[in-house]
Amino acid sequence: MNIKEAKYYNFQGAVSGIKLTLTDDTEVIVPRKVGNRHYDAILVWVDAGNTIAAAD
Amino acid sequence: MSKAAELAKAGETLTNQPSGRKNIVTNGAMQVAQRSASVTGLGAASGYHTLDRFSVDIGATASAGRFTMTQTADGPSGFANCLKLDCTTADTSIAAGEALFIQQRFEGQDLQQLKKGTSDAESVTVSFYVKGDQAATYTCELFDHDNSRAIAQSFAVTTDWNRIELTFAADTTDPLNDDNALSFELAFWLHGGSTYTGGTFSSNAWKDNVQNTRLSDSQTSFFDSTDREFFITGVQMEIGSQATNFEHRSFGEELALCYRYTQRHPSSDSGENFNTIANGFAGSATETFHFCRHYQTMRAEPSLTNNGTFRVRYRATATNVTSATTVHDPGSNMDHTFLVGTVSSTQTTGEGAVLEQGNDVDAHILLDAEL
Repeated sequence: MNIKEAKYYNFQGAVSGIKLTLTDDTEVIVPRKVGNRHYDAILVWVDAGNTIAAAD
Repeated sequence: MSKAAELAKAGETLTNQPSGRKNIVTNGAMQVAQRSASVTGLGAASGYHTLDRFSVDIGATASAGRFTMTQTADGPSGFANCLKLDCTTADTSIAAGEALFIQQRFEGQDLQQLKKGTSDAESVTVSFYVKGDQAATYTCELFDHDNSRAIAQSFAVTTDWNRIELTFAADTTDPLNDDNALSFELAFWLHGGSTYTGGTFSSNAWKDNVQNTRLSDSQTSFFDSTDREFFITGVQMEIGSQATNFEHRSFGEELALCYRYTQRHPSSDSGENFNTIANGFAGSATETFHFCRHYQTMRAEPSLTNNGTFRVRYRATATNVTSATTVHDPGSNMDHTFLVGTVSSTQTTGEGAVLEQGNDVDAHILLDAEL
């Protein structure tokens, strides 16, 4: 999975999920649940030294 | 009819008689394509693009080669559709880590009948129909993700449809996990760099994975010419050493099986706009909350991709959703997804609101719980 960036988003003042943008600019709304393939890929991406941006 | 012919006929009947579900592969006849029937310019990233349950993996390093992937109305007798790859940009300068393979991935809990890792382990037979634009040699591989073990065999492609039948040895080493995570993979390798070749390729022998033994030296590169085409359908994986007739299932059965991994809401392009996606209510003056009930329980809590434009119907008035719908993940699970829409109008909290397609017949959300 080619990740361009990942950013938390909020719902009613609390972090609710992650907006994942792939290198082809596809935007995927990702729940923070291990076993979801996008979230698992984000965790690998973070382990590689990348950072999930804070929510607006 | 001679006695020998009678016995052969009887054996054929026994071999091919229906005996419950035997095909472990979903969508093997390439009937279901919820995402798209055709996508061009692929090759830069791995992922699911067209036919359900069949993904493309490009390895650690993307090739410069590009291709179009389609659900194509072609096939041997009895098959209306196939998966087609058409090379549109060649790449003859192959970097080590390049790869291209089509795969289907399986949950470990669905493969306990293989008895892998026990003294009773079963052999597995994979059969499929293939053709190409010219002769080629590719590789079919089974990969155990739980234990990083693999087994592979080469197969030949000609310009005619041929059925390939490959029986893979049983593996008495290392069982598959009994859960809903990725455990096993059926892959068709069409291209690979030196990372995957050069070692000793042992056909039909399970081994702990060593990357440079995954492909034989006779492997063809799909990217060697823009003339290259690859067609495949009738993919079946079954227990035992006998390739039996392909198990045809109805479109509805295959679609229901695919829904565990991918769901499009609304379910298909009806040719009309304003189809309902989910009921709900106004959660605030500018937000609407919707509970999108899944057609069936999904493998895991899904991701969401918005495609097209949406609107909310509130008090008999339709208002466009001003930004893509989002998921409230604490309120979602494998059975439903809690969607949040944002609108510019002022609503009264608690009143009913329906999320639907805008003036866009293709608008849909895609829920993805693939492996």
